[in-house]
Amino acid sequence: MADTFELSHEALNGLFAALRKDGRRVLAPVDSDGRTELNEVESPAQVAKDYLQTILSAKEVVFPKVERLLSYTTGPGKVELKDPEPKALPTVLFGVRPCEAAAFGALDAVFNWDTRDSFFNARMAQIAVIGLSCTKADAACFCTTVGGGPADTRGSDILLSPIEGGFLAEVLTEKGRSIQALAPELFQDGRGIDKTAVKLDKAFDQPALTAKLPGMFDSALWVDQSLRCIGCGACAFVCPTCVCFDIQEEADPKQGQRLRCWDSCGYRMFTLHASGHNPREVQSQRWRQRIYHKFSYYPERYGMLGCVGCGKCTRACPVDMNLREHLVETSEMKA
Amino acid sequence: MSETNIYLPNLMRIAKITEESPAVKTFRLEFVDEVAAQNFEFKTGQFGLYSAFGEGESTFCIASSPTRKGYIECTFREAGRVTAALADKEVGDIVGFRGPYGNVFPLEDWQGKNLVFIAGGIALPPLRSVIWNCLDLRDWFKDITVVYGARSVADLVYKHELKEWSERSDMQLVTTVDPGGETPDWKGKVGFVPPVVEQLGPSAENTIAIVCGPPIMIKLTLPVLQKLSFPPERIFTTLENRMKCGLGKCGRCNTGKSFVCKDGPVYTLAQLNELPAEY
Amino acid sequence: MEALKQKAKDLLERGEVKAIVGYTKGTGDIRRPYFAQRPEQVDGLVLDEACTQNLATYATKHEVRHLGKLGVVALPVTQRALLQLMAERQIRDGDVIVLVAEEGNVEKGNVKELASAAALEEHLALKTDVMDEKDQELLAKLNAKSREERWAFWHRELSRCVKCYACRNSCPMCYCDHCTMDCNRPQWVPVASHDLGNFEYHVVRAMHLAGRCVECGECGRACPVGIPVHLLTFFAEESVHRQFGQRAGHSAKLDYALSTFRPDDKESFIR
Repeated sequence: MADTFELSHEALNGLFAALRKDGRRVLAPVDSDGRTELNEVESPAQVAKDYLQTILSAKEVVFPKVERLLSYTTGPGKVELKDPEPKALPTVLFGVRPCEAAAFGALDAVFNWDTRDSFFNARMAQIAVIGLSCTKADAACFCTTVGGGPADTRGSDILLSPIEGGFLAEVLTEKGRSIQALAPELFQDGRGIDKTAVKLDKAFDQPALTAKLPGMFDSALWVDQSLRCIGCGACAFVCPTCVCFDIQEEADPKQGQRLRCWDSCGYRMFTLHASGHNPREVQSQRWRQRIYHKFSYYPERYGMLGCVGCGKCTRACPVDMNLREHLVETSEMKA
Repeated sequence: MSETNIYLPNLMRIAKITEESPAVKTFRLEFVDEVAAQNFEFKTGQFGLYSAFGEGESTFCIASSPTRKGYIECTFREAGRVTAALADKEVGDIVGFRGPYGNVFPLEDWQGKNLVFIAGGIALPPLRSVIWNCLDLRDWFKDITVVYGARSVADLVYKHELKEWSERSDMQLVTTVDPGGETPDWKGKVGFVPPVVEQLGPSAENTIAIVCGPPIMIKLTLPVLQKLSFPPERIFTTLENRMKCGLGKCGRCNTGKSFVCKDGPVYTLAQLNELPAEY
Repeated sequence: MEALKQKAKDLLERGEVKAIVGYTKGTGDIRRPYFAQRPEQVDGLVLDEACTQNLATYATKHEVRHLGKLGVVALPVTQRALLQLMAERQIRDGDVIVLVAEEGNVEKGNVKELASAAALEEHLALKTDVMDEKDQELLAKLNAKSREERWAFWHRELSRCVKCYACRNSCPMCYCDHCTMDCNRPQWVPVASHDLGNFEYHVVRAMHLAGRCVECGECGRACPVGIPVHLLTFFAEESVHRQFGQRAGHSAKLDYALSTFRPDDKESFIR
C-alpha cells in the first residue's frame, strides 16, 4: 500500500542533503561525455537531465563486476582461509528506471535460490531505490510486454513520477518510509494527483511466446537470428537481470584470492568441457540459450521472467541484435 | 549477523594417493577441522568442488561410499590447470572441498531389485561410490552386476577393487578392454562396452540399469538397453557438465530447465529425454 | 545501390556465392550486418554513410564461413581488412568475392568485383588512406599530453571497461580460436575486470594489432561504455608505420614488421 506525496524540486534538494547527512552515498545517472552513467552525486543538480537510461545497469551496485569471495595464505603443509566481510556502503540509488528496479527481484531469485548468497544480500540490505518513472521510451524498450511499465512500482522503495514543479512520490516500502522519516516535512500531501508516464504498447504476447518456446527448440530461426552475433558479452553485461558469473583464482606462491566476475552464456568457452567437448559449440545454440533462459527456464524455476524489457542489450550490441524485434519475429513464427 | 559464505571451502588433508592409471589419481581426503569431520554427511551420487589453492576449483563426484566414515575420496584425470596442480600434490598437502552438492541415487527405491552397473573408463568413479554403498547394504538388493570397460588394461581404474569384486560371490563383474587394448595375460573380455552388454544380455525384469561413461559410450549403450526392454525410468545416469559454483547460481550447467548441479547430476533416461541434448 | 543489388542477385542466382554479406537497415538510424542467402533477400541491402561495422570479421566467423563462398559488400576499411586476412592466410584466395561500390559512384551504378587477392591489392594501390579527422585530432591531443596526463586519461577510461570483449570480437583481425585471453595455462592476463585485468588486456591487444590494424575504428564504436579503445590500436599501427614504413591491408604478401628481420635493421643491439 503506497502513500502518495508531492515532492517539489526544492524539497528534493533537501532530501539529498538529508540522505547524505544520514551517511548514505547517493548514486544517480550522470551525464559524462555524452553518456549516461551511474555515479556518486551530491545534489540533484548533478543528476542528468532528460535521459532515457544509464548504459550499464544498477546491478553493479549489488553484483559488482569483480567481487572477492575469499582469500588465503599458503605455507608448507598449511592453508589459512580468510572470509571477507562483504563490503556494502549505505547507498541510495536515485533515478533508477522502473525496468531496472524490477530487475532486483530477478537477481534475488537466483542469488537466494536454495542457498543464500551473503555478498548479494549484504549489498541489497544497504541499498534503497528511489525510482523515476519514464516520460519517454525508444525503439528498444518493451517493459509493458513483460509485465512492467514506465511507472511500475516493483523494486522501488520510493517511486517518483515527474509532475509540474516536482514529483509525485509513492512511498512503497519500509526502506522508503525510513527515507521519508529523515525529512518528513519535505513530503507534501499528494493525494488526488495523477501519475503520468509515457504510454508504451505491448510488442508481442509474452505468455504465448513462453508457452510456444518448448516446441521451437530445433527451429532454424535461431541460426538466422544469430548469424550476425559476434559472441561478445556486451548484452549480458549491460543487462540488469543477467547474473551468470565466473570464479577466477589469482595467486602467488604465498597467497591468493578467489574472485567472482561477470560471465556470459554467449561466450564459446562458457560451456566448454576440459575434454574439449562443448554442448553449445555454435553461436545459434548460445543465442537460443539466452532467449530460453530468460523467457522459458526462468518462469519455470523462479515464477518470473528473466527480462525486464529495458532494451539495454539492443542499444549496447555492436551489430544491432534488437531483442524486441527478435522476440516479435519469434512470436510470429508458425510453431 | 552476516550469513555464511557459501563459497568458502573446507580444508582437507591428503591422506592417501593412489595412481590408478596414466594421468588418473585417487585422493583420500580427511577434514582438517574436527567438527566438520564429525558432521559431514553425504549420499551417493553427490559431488563436490575441489580446490587446488592457487589455481582454482574443479568438479568431481565423491567417489567413496557414504557408508565409509572419516574420509572422502575423489578420482580425477589430469586434464587442465586445476587437475594438473592437484596431480602435483603429495600426501599431507592441503586442498579444499565444497559440498556435498547435487541430487542422489534413490537407493531406497531400488530395494528388492537387481542392479546392473555399466561404466567406461574414467566414468567408473561416480558409480564406484554407488557400488560400494550397495555392497555395504547388500541385503537390500538382489543380483548385482558390474560391466566395466576401458581403452586398455592400463586405463582401468581401481584395479585392486576390480580384483576384490571379481572374487566376491555376491556380485558378478565383467571387465573388458577395447580391441587392441589387451595385454598377453589379460583374462577379461575384449570388446567395446555396448556390445559386451548386449552379449551379456541382462534381463530388464525387476532390474535397474545405471550407466556412466564418455558420451559416445552412453550413446551406444542406451539403444542396447532399450533393445533389452529397459524402460527409461529404470535407466539411471550421472552427468558431467562444466561447473563453477555448484549451487545453481552461476548458470554454467544450466541445461534446459535443469541445473545439473542441483536437479542432477543423477538423472533417469526419462528425465534426460525431457531436456535438450546440451550436455 | 541498384547496380549493387543486381550484382549481388546475379552472384547468388548463378551460384557463384552462397551468401552476400552486406548491411541493412537497423534500429532507428543505424545499420546492421546482413546476410542475403537467397536472391530475393538482396532487396534488403543498404549502403550509405551510416554503415560502419567492418564486415571482414564475418569472413573468419565459423558459422558464416560454413555457408560457403561469400560475396562481401566492402567499405574501404573492409577491403583492407580482407586483404590483410588473405595475407595472413585466414582467407583462401578465391573464398571471398569483394564487392566494391565505388565511393561516390554508388548511384551511377559502378560496382567492382574483386575475386582475388591480387585484384584487391591492385585496387587498393590506387587509394590513399586518411585516418578519420576526429581520430587524428584525438590522437594528437593524447600525444601532446605528458606521460602522467596520458596515464591518468587511460586509467580513467579503462576503469569503465567490463571485459565484455565487444572490441575484440568486432575486430576482423582478432580471429584466433584460442585467444591469449582464453589461455589459463598460464593465465597470461587476469580475466577479472579490475585495474590490472583491464589494462593488461587492452595493452596486449594493441600490441597484437600493431602492424595489422586497418584503423576502421570499429572496436571503439563497439565498446558499450564508450571507451575510445581504437586510439590504442591506431597508435600502435601508426608507430609501426612511422618506424618501419609498413601499413596493414596493402599487400597480399605478409610482410609483418614485428616478425621480419632485415640485415640492415637500424637497431644495432641485435647484430
